[in-house]
Amino acid sequence: MPDPFDSILYKYVYCTLSSTDDVACVGSGLFGGGLLPGGLEWLAYVLTAVTIVAVLINAILGGVLMMIWGERRLLGRFQGRTGPNRWGPFGLLTPVADAVKTMFKEDVMPTVSDRLVFTAAPILMLFPALLIYAVLPFGAGTWLADINVALLFIIAIGGANVLAIVAAALGSGNRYAMFSAMRAVAMLISYEIPLVISLIGVLMLSGSLSLVAIVNAQTLPFFIVQPLGFFVFLVASMAELNRTPFDVAEAESEIVAGYMTDYSSMKFGLFFLSEFAATIATSGVITAVFLGGWHGFDPIPSQIWFIGKMVAVLAVIVWIRASWPRLRIDQIMNFAWKALFELTLINLVVSGILLLIWPSPSTPELWYMAGVNWVVFLASIYIFGKVLGPKHDPVAAGNIQSGITLSDSDAPAIPAGGGD
Amino acid sequence: MIYGLGLAKGMGVTLKTLLGPSFTVQYPDRRVGIMGAAKAAGISTPGLIFKRPVKALRAVLGFERIAVMPTQAARFRGNEFTWYEDRCTGCASCAKYCPLGIIKIVTAPGGINMQEGESYAIETFDIDTGRCMFCALCVEACPYDALHMGSEFERGNYVRMDLVLTKEDLIAAPKRPSTWFRPQMEESAYSPFAETLEDMKQAGRHETPSVEQLTKRWVEDRRTDESVED
Amino acid sequence: MPLKTEPITINVGPQHPSTHGVFRMRVTFDGEEVIDVEPIFGYLHRGSEKLAESRTYTQIVTLTDRMDYVASMTNNMSFILSVEKLAGIVPPPRGVWLRMIAAELQRIASHLVATGFFLQDLGALGTPLILMMRERETILELFERLCGARITNSYMRPGGVFMDAPDDFWPALNRFLSDMPHRIDEYEDLISGNEIVAARCDGVAVVDSQTLIDASVTGPMLRASGIDWDLRHRQPYEYYNRVKFNRPLATTSDNYARYIVRIHEMRESLGIIKQCLEQIEPGPVRPETVPALIRPPAGDSYVGTECPKGELGFYLVSDGGVAPYRCKVRAPSLINLTLLREMLIGDKLADLFVTFGSIDINMGEVDR
Repeated sequence: MPDPFDSILYKYVYCTLSSTDDVACVGSGLFGGGLLPGGLEWLAYVLTAVTIVAVLINAILGGVLMMIWGERRLLGRFQGRTGPNRWGPFGLLTPVADAVKTMFKEDVMPTVSDRLVFTAAPILMLFPALLIYAVLPFGAGTWLADINVALLFIIAIGGANVLAIVAAALGSGNRYAMFSAMRAVAMLISYEIPLVISLIGVLMLSGSLSLVAIVNAQTLPFFIVQPLGFFVFLVASMAELNRTPFDVAEAESEIVAGYMTDYSSMKFGLFFLSEFAATIATSGVITAVFLGGWHGFDPIPSQIWFIGKMVAVLAVIVWIRASWPRLRIDQIMNFAWKALFELTLINLVVSGILLLIWPSPSTPELWYMAGVNWVVFLASIYIFGKVLGPKHDPVAAGNIQSGITLSDSDAPAIPAGGGD
Repeated sequence: MIYGLGLAKGMGVTLKTLLGPSFTVQYPDRRVGIMGAAKAAGISTPGLIFKRPVKALRAVLGFERIAVMPTQAARFRGNEFTWYEDRCTGCASCAKYCPLGIIKIVTAPGGINMQEGESYAIETFDIDTGRCMFCALCVEACPYDALHMGSEFERGNYVRMDLVLTKEDLIAAPKRPSTWFRPQMEESAYSPFAETLEDMKQAGRHETPSVEQLTKRWVEDRRTDESVED
Repeated sequence: MPLKTEPITINVGPQHPSTHGVFRMRVTFDGEEVIDVEPIFGYLHRGSEKLAESRTYTQIVTLTDRMDYVASMTNNMSFILSVEKLAGIVPPPRGVWLRMIAAELQRIASHLVATGFFLQDLGALGTPLILMMRERETILELFERLCGARITNSYMRPGGVFMDAPDDFWPALNRFLSDMPHRIDEYEDLISGNEIVAARCDGVAVVDSQTLIDASVTGPMLRASGIDWDLRHRQPYEYYNRVKFNRPLATTSDNYARYIVRIHEMRESLGIIKQCLEQIEPGPVRPETVPALIRPPAGDSYVGTECPKGELGFYLVSDGGVAPYRCKVRAPSLINLTLLREMLIGDKLADLFVTFGSIDINMGEVDR
């Protein structure tokens, strides 16, 4: 079990409150420490936990608001528009106004709905999204909990939100919602597998399931060493998050709003919130596992590095959303089982062989591994594109035969009235 | 060809758009940065920072806004009408031509100071713009150039009856006729967004340009176009 | 034992994000697969044809604006040509050229809207649509210079156009003409080569050309199946026999072909406008002799024109009065829609709207 005092957050708050004589607390803690009298260490422990969780949840809410603003601004710019700029400086208060509006809207409950399930669904949706943050290391020593099975925890929690989607669909008794739930379940089952297997390469390199250990193991960011794993993980987590081009579960041009169709007011708000919270959390996981976590160069604090990398991942996700159309559900299934699953297996085998050659790789050896892996990555993408891509090029198949140029001798056969 | 190249190309296009200018037309006011604020105030950017630091700070924080009017063509058929009472004979050509029948004209004998010897006074001249589709056929029908399309469009209100333009409204309204079907205004380079034509004499009467005039204008246009291209 | 599934019926529309207006489809699904479609329309019926019987010929022009409201100019032109044939009015050349320029600009605008919403139905989050709306905005600004309105133009009159183009129209048009080819290249970069678009559209909703001909489908939908039928070429009206243009044809007759034909037609329209600018000469735009109230001799007339969506024709019957005795509209949107059921059955739910968008209908014209 890792020492809780590794977490700076825990150390500062606990040592400020508790009058413990623990060695780790000497010299740390504000106001000289020991605000609570001795013998109340248990209370200090509880208060510390409550404080950190409260700070974290509020930070998440603030982050979600910022992300809503950022996504809308960025989407606007990708489309040549300005984006929201009316409320507050640069439109920063737009999501706040949206949130207030959402809270004061009428909460419509469809008559055919199952009240209990209908109400429980948004809450069920929010919890997994928030729980992921418990294990995310936001910076050197800045985490809520450093558990030794963090990756397993994230994968287990991340799969839980489909339950909420099914509950929402069943509860609202809407047929569009049923379509959405069917799609979401099918997609989750398919994409969970490549998602998990793509992480095994990282596990083999780092030798630990703890996110902190994985970050510490990244002398070279793992997206360089494990390009195939990074690619599959990025794609699969975008599918889990229902982001374009895999947003079939809430495809607004097909099934209106999917499982959210019948929701209004703050229930809809919770769905919205949890979706964005999950997106931020996933980008955090990607940052921690593949982009070197909080590592960076020195004058900039590690927390800033982590958040900067997270924002970069989010920007790429928004960029993809702005550029690409949506895939069809059967194509998504095909992609998961015929492409991503095999790619992860290739990654697994290649990583295993490379680790046999260099059992505990040093940094230059990591570079050699990266070289091999990149060659494998590009080659397999090329081969898979050849094998699974469309058999004929639509540009060539639906080719434009320019009709015969009309000349003066090609006189009109049937003259019409009007013009002449 | 490697699979995924088209996807990358598409992302390139969006990236290009991201770096390019925004084509949003902001209305009724525009948020400006510090350079835009300085430009609007007519001084240089350092000048703004030193002379009016509060304004500069507001601009940096994104609070500074300047009012804008969308650019409109001179022929723009606005949400209102411009009417010169002195020119109107009450002939009701406009009312007859209106596809929707929303112009109501009541005349009485014995008017004074009428044009061309008419002796009808106009008692009522109502246009129900709430039902109007602004096809401007009434303007086309007016034989005396008394009725023009207006250029105003910000006429939203909460009561339908307020949308009916009565004779008094028409007289009191600022006269900004659109140049729609009024070539004489176009030839005099009049812009409804720069000036008003309070006097009916300023509005002029339309005389069909001769073929020579048209030819001259057209050839000159072409010549300037070509010289620009060269 | 095969798994027994139960068909599920959904009312898609009239209030659905991608039914392009107030269209309704009663669709029966087996899982994700469409097994039956029943199109239901008429929610936007305004009785335009009946209204026309009580209006003068000039007043009907305003009604045609509101039929296909993303292609008002071509609607105007179609109606005007029919009236001119009925009344024997000969428009002066400059009026005809102006009408052709306006109609081709409108064709570009309409194709931009069609392609943009087609991509929107594919799930592209607005980027192609908004980029295309940007160019359409330029065209609408040109129309505003030309006739003071952006959508409901009412620009044309029996005998020509109501007024010559203002002086500032021509430089703006030249700017647009030099700018637009790059924009179309940009769309092609964004869409045409995109593997997702190809995967979604290639081989979806294929209709063979004989079925299309039997259903009297016209326009880009027909040309996407390789049939060289363009009324501008087959039955030239206006001065289309004095300009040279290619008719882009695709062979596969699927959603991708319908999209790519529209993109290429935009390029051809730009070429037509350039040729119009070369040939246009000064002169009157409307004959002096046309009266305000046209009283055509008793008889009938029909002129089919190649509108962005297909053949639009106005069949007018006159009894010698100021208003037509009967005005029948051959609306391409309605007739192209008749094949919807055949195209959709067997496809997936997601392709339902893509196919619907690829037909490019306008509810104002379907219901009239």
